Amino acid sequence: MAGIRFQSIRKVFGKTVAADSVSLEIRDGEFMVLLGPSGCGKTTLLRCLAGLEHVDGGRVFIGDRDVTDRAPRDRRIAMVFQSYAVFPHLTVFDNIAFGLKMQGRPRDEIKRRVEESARLLELTDFLKRYPAQLSGGQRQRVAVARAIVMQAAVLLMDEPLSNLDALLRLQMRAELKRLHQEIKATTIYVTHDQVEALSLGDRIAVMQSGRIVQCDVPMNIYDYPANKFVGGFIGTPPMNFLPGVVHANGDGPTVVVGESHLAPAPAFAHALSAKNGEPILLGIRPENLTLAPNQQANTIRARVRVVEPLGSHKLLTMQVGTEISKVSVAPDQRVAPNEDVWLHFDPEKIRWMDAATGEAISATVE
Amino acid sequence: MRVKSETILPYSLLVPTLIFVILLIVVPIGQAFLLAFQAPDSSFTFAHFQKMANDTSFGDALRFTFLLLIFIVPMQVVLAIIMALLIHTRFKGHTLFLYIYAIPLAISDLAAGIAWLSIFTERGYLNSILNQLGIFDKPFLFLSYQNLPAMFGTIVVAESWRATAIVMTILLAGLQVIPRDYFEAADVFGATTLKRTLFVVLPLLRPSLQNALIIRTIFAFQTFAVVFALAGRVIPVLAGESYNWYVANRNPNIAAAYAVLVLIFTVAATWFYLHFFQTSAAEAGYD
Repeated sequence: MAGIRFQSIRKVFGKTVAADSVSLEIRDGEFMVLLGPSGCGKTTLLRCLAGLEHVDGGRVFIGDRDVTDRAPRDRRIAMVFQSYAVFPHLTVFDNIAFGLKMQGRPRDEIKRRVEESARLLELTDFLKRYPAQLSGGQRQRVAVARAIVMQAAVLLMDEPLSNLDALLRLQMRAELKRLHQEIKATTIYVTHDQVEALSLGDRIAVMQSGRIVQCDVPMNIYDYPANKFVGGFIGTPPMNFLPGVVHANGDGPTVVVGESHLAPAPAFAHALSAKNGEPILLGIRPENLTLAPNQQANTIRARVRVVEPLGSHKLLTMQVGTEISKVSVAPDQRVAPNEDVWLHFDPEKIRWMDAATGEAISATVE
Repeated sequence: MRVKSETILPYSLLVPTLIFVILLIVVPIGQAFLLAFQAPDSSFTFAHFQKMANDTSFGDALRFTFLLLIFIVPMQVVLAIIMALLIHTRFKGHTLFLYIYAIPLAISDLAAGIAWLSIFTERGYLNSILNQLGIFDKPFLFLSYQNLPAMFGTIVVAESWRATAIVMTILLAGLQVIPRDYFEAADVFGATTLKRTLFVVLPLLRPSLQNALIIRTIFAFQTFAVVFALAGRVIPVLAGESYNWYVANRNPNIAAAYAVLVLIFTVAATWFYLHFFQTSAAEAGYD
């Protein structure tokens, strides 16, 4: 077991900067998710850790060892590939045993460990089969079994679920979480799927354009996105953003959105007063908006455009001024398209952001 | 009408090739069989084959053809695997090597034979170099009927030079379609380069190896011009005997009998490779 430390990792492909001075520390036994859209550098970072890419700058540490210049086989890692890369010419048993055989382990130890990890992944009945005789989901389990059998200090997973169909993905997600609770290996998991990230990660590092923009526990990432990008990337549907202008007077600041005045939570009063007259961005999640029967404090006039009953909740598409916002309401909420309603903003749940940079404005801690 | 023209188009595009194949391959094969099995009165006969087998050179031709096969093919395949793996690492300047390797592909076998003749002959390049280095004070007779092993060796060298490139090309193409993930998985799971090659790359290369072996073995059975240029008829081979019976002895029937024999060996070898290198049904996922 070992922690991992990326120290100012830089990796350039031609003119593209895939990793721009990335530093990140992962604790021993932690499940860290690297999350971001395609091309953000998350897979590159993982491959730098695996030794499959040479870094152009910075150091990589596994435990206390500087592994920057070591070959993949000397890094004591195991990896699950996006394509699984399960060897087609080897049986399931030999695939799982591959790494142990390369280490020259005794035959009975190999047999015992392969059978144990096959049992963990419910592959016991398939050990004699070839990959071509397995379903995609089973092949994926072979790839995972091959990795965990190594009992490596570090387990790397590169979008392991992305080639599975939706239902299987859901099952395997819970399965991977159970597995991690059992084996407790330090795990780095790369995905572009924010639901996977929220579900699996002890912490999530959100990446954009070769940088980590936020690294925190899932609920903090969800509730307190560091900027507009993170808020817009995470959540289904993502955070709503509305432009407003700060008005500060003697009673504290208000934010004018359309024709309404919203009063920010007290913790933001100081920070927003300093921005008197400046444009600002209001970010709020769909479930933190409610329909109000009449005009009251912190409400805005809005028109219902689309109503989507989704079973557990209703998803409304609302026109707020010139902007579109998604609102999630209880399934029994009575609402019809083209109805004009009052939308209530919970001030405690609003994430204020700088209109120009998209960076979140911090609350004042008193 | 549109649908119809679309059905006809692919066939019409195949027509020129079909005509070519029929005129230059199918018809001659048919004629060769007729010549090989037909008596002057048009009745069926084995007489030509009997005459072929009783010929003094037949045993030698058979033996040398197989000896060349046994010496050249395995060596060539090993050499070609190494060359293909080297090129596949994409080291700096690998394209230059690719061009150099490809030169023999562009040269006809007779030209290659003559080029090697100018190297190995009594006053050839090799003897001049050996002489100037002071290794031999008088020319070494590589191409003498009194020194069959040396003569045979020159043929092995020349044939290897000429036909290893095609094997390498096939193997390199095969290497390039193996997904990079398999190489990386082998690396991550602790394989050294040698182990990766033995346990991952070569097994995955099996279909290409099969193709390369089939093509190379067919070529080996047809070996003729290089041998002829270097050894004349001192080292007879089956294809050369066929040529000799046709041109020198003006006996197309026995020439055809040799040709049919080469064809039979070729088909047998191909069947052997297809069978021996077959992916098991389980591995292919058929059951």
